[in-house]
Amino acid sequence: MAIAADALPAPASRRTLRMTLAGVFGPLGQVFIFVVGSAIVLSVITVLVAFLLRGTRTNVDLVQATLTILPQVIVDGLVRGFLFATIALGYTMVYGVLEFINFAHGEIFMVGAFSGAALGTVLAASGMLNAIPPLLFVLIAVIVGMLVSGMLAMTIERVAYRPLRNAPRLVPLISAIGVSLLLQDGMRLIANVTGLGFNARFPTPNFGPPLQLAQIPAADGRTIPLILDVRALIFIVAATLMLIGLNYLVNATKLGTAIRAVAQDRPTASLMGINVNQIIALTFLIGGALGGAAGVLFGIRVGTVNPYIGFLPGLKAFTAAVLGGIGNIPGAMVGGIVLGFLEAFVASYLSLLTGGAFSGASYADIVAFAILILILIFRPSGLLGEAVAQKV
Amino acid sequence: MRYQASKLLLTTFLVGALAACAPAPAAPAAPTAPPAEPTPTAAPAEPTPTAAPAEPTPTTAPAAPAMSGKIKIATQSPLSGPQAALGTGIRNGADLGLQDMGKMLTDMGFEVELAPFDDQAKPEVGAANAKNIASDPDILCIVGHLNSGVALASLPTYKDNSLAMVSPANTNPKITESGYQNAFRVVGRDDVQGAVGEEFARTEMKIKSVYIIHDKTDYGQGVAEFFRQQAEKNGIQVLGFEGTEEKSNFESILTPIQAANPDLIYFGGIYDQAGPMFRQARDRGITAQFLGPDGLDSPELLKLAGDAVKGMYYTSVAAPVSQFPDAAKFAEDYKAKFNEDAPPFSAQAYDAMGICIRAIAQAAEKAGGKPSREQVVQAIRDAGEYKGITGAYTFNAKGDPVTSTYFVLQVSDKDGEPGEVWNANAVVKKLDIPAP
Repeated sequence: MAIAADALPAPASRRTLRMTLAGVFGPLGQVFIFVVGSAIVLSVITVLVAFLLRGTRTNVDLVQATLTILPQVIVDGLVRGFLFATIALGYTMVYGVLEFINFAHGEIFMVGAFSGAALGTVLAASGMLNAIPPLLFVLIAVIVGMLVSGMLAMTIERVAYRPLRNAPRLVPLISAIGVSLLLQDGMRLIANVTGLGFNARFPTPNFGPPLQLAQIPAADGRTIPLILDVRALIFIVAATLMLIGLNYLVNATKLGTAIRAVAQDRPTASLMGINVNQIIALTFLIGGALGGAAGVLFGIRVGTVNPYIGFLPGLKAFTAAVLGGIGNIPGAMVGGIVLGFLEAFVASYLSLLTGGAFSGASYADIVAFAILILILIFRPSGLLGEAVAQKV
Repeated sequence: MRYQASKLLLTTFLVGALAACAPAPAAPAAPTAPPAEPTPTAAPAEPTPTAAPAEPTPTTAPAAPAMSGKIKIATQSPLSGPQAALGTGIRNGADLGLQDMGKMLTDMGFEVELAPFDDQAKPEVGAANAKNIASDPDILCIVGHLNSGVALASLPTYKDNSLAMVSPANTNPKITESGYQNAFRVVGRDDVQGAVGEEFARTEMKIKSVYIIHDKTDYGQGVAEFFRQQAEKNGIQVLGFEGTEEKSNFESILTPIQAANPDLIYFGGIYDQAGPMFRQARDRGITAQFLGPDGLDSPELLKLAGDAVKGMYYTSVAAPVSQFPDAAKFAEDYKAKFNEDAPPFSAQAYDAMGICIRAIAQAAEKAGGKPSREQVVQAIRDAGEYKGITGAYTFNAKGDPVTSTYFVLQVSDKDGEPGEVWNANAVVKKLDIPAP
């Protein structure tokens, strides 16, 4: 925390240090509470439903079947949630400063994933992919993805948003959607021309078999392993680090102070000697880099990328940001994880609980948008809404 | 003044054109009709007598328009997007067909042209293209689509305009069962393909339980549904039946599968979804075998799934081009022209094009000029057996081939470029089954 103290102009008294620590790690506690809380609430509801429905299905012990996959569903939900959370961070950064929703953020994520895939393909072609340690590869790919996406986001801001900054709010929104379509089809073109292909493989070094966290006894005497993919673990760790880093940046550095100042009052901030254009460009750089890192980690985890992968996660991350309280960094994290849990529960359980009458996987997407509507009706400021006043 | 003059000119022109058209069929067609014997298979010899009377008198008004004009044959298939690999194959196969067999029409005096459309594998795009196709009077026949769902969305438009569609790849029963008199296909049907897959799984793979996933399209859900019906009838335990549009992240679907521990995962859909799903299943330690229909038949599956699909089986209505002895020249020409191996359904597209061309030629023969769309549809119905490079096709009243061949194939376990490995896929089983 010495750096933090250096970065702040105030004398590094014990009080500032404590405040810095609280600013950086305090939100983590909030996130943790929501993660544990939503996991427990959803588990209890599911088991309760299974218990109530147990009589309707004679061929299967519903409660037992539900409990057997419960730990795995929670792990799946956590991984899915962290994906939404990392993309939502980028949304929230930009919204917090400019109060405008950057609908091209999903595509920035996609471009990051593609740049990682391109790097992997080049390394695989030269035979170096398996020569370097997997973690080093992840690090290099993430840095490449962050650079490409960060620069892209900055360019987009300069070209498509800055000229419209004083236009009515609907105008940059439309230009954002235009940029999003342009990036999708532009990447489609590039992928076809460069031979990556529409469905590009993301070559990764061998991460080894998934971690088996536990063995869970099933109804028929088998045991089912509780699995956490190494790549999913990397994803979770990296996303947590991103949150801590972002919190530190926003709450404990000079740049963060400037970002918050611009977010609160742009004209006054500029009177205080802050270069508003520069700060906004940096915000896009940071948001884009986070999106790019998320894209690369996502690509490494699922193994394939295509030009449209950004669209749905982008919309869901937007939902997550609204759910948590848009413009609020821990809120984005919380919203993402809660949404991820909900989707994982619906996708894995709906079909089991309804005896196949509803196909869970096809209803999982609906959940996200149903939540968006409910939140907008009943709690427009989101779960962590009270913090909205101190944007970013 | 100028307005009136142009109106006068236009009227004269129209009257002249009408006059030129009207007597045309009567005069030269009558003598040519007898030599054009009704034998449907031998076509190339016939055009000469019709061309002869038209050519020497090009200046006289009545004869000139008889056998001239532009004829377009459209293709509709995904040329972009995730399924472009198969879709471009259809367009290229049809292109090659037009190049090889279009002579039949050019000798008659027509100009022929391919009109490729990109349906992006999306029903709404296909239906919009269909309207464009219908509004172009030169288009007389359509080769396509790849996806049954897209074909079913476009067929009403074709039907309203009496446009013939000859599909090289659509397998959903509804294509020909919905009473479209203008829909034909050269491949088998999913109700049979699902059953072939189920029988293979039960008797050869010794499967006791199955978890079925589909892509919620007319094609994928259809074939999965037929597989399920047969499986339930024959005592295979169906542990789950799920539809998903997810393309990349299959975790939440795989968790219940892992708990259910089936012997087999059946996927009804296309390779772009199946590839990532199969690989993620193996990554998770799911050991179930995989099986799927002809939508998986592309080297892209191997590219996306890697080792996870080595040695897996799939059913198909179209075997690799190497399986058809008559298609050897086609395979060579395809590679020479498009610089890649002929993908599945490209040879079928070649035959679909052949059926279109023959029908147009026969209809033109009969009409003594550029035929109407109705006449082309009728000609396909009446033409009798067509001997193509992938087999002989006779259409039944619904538009299905009377007998179709179904294949069970196994993905090669060789290492190498996906394209090469895919060509080494072996046919494990071959069944000729009459259309239901």
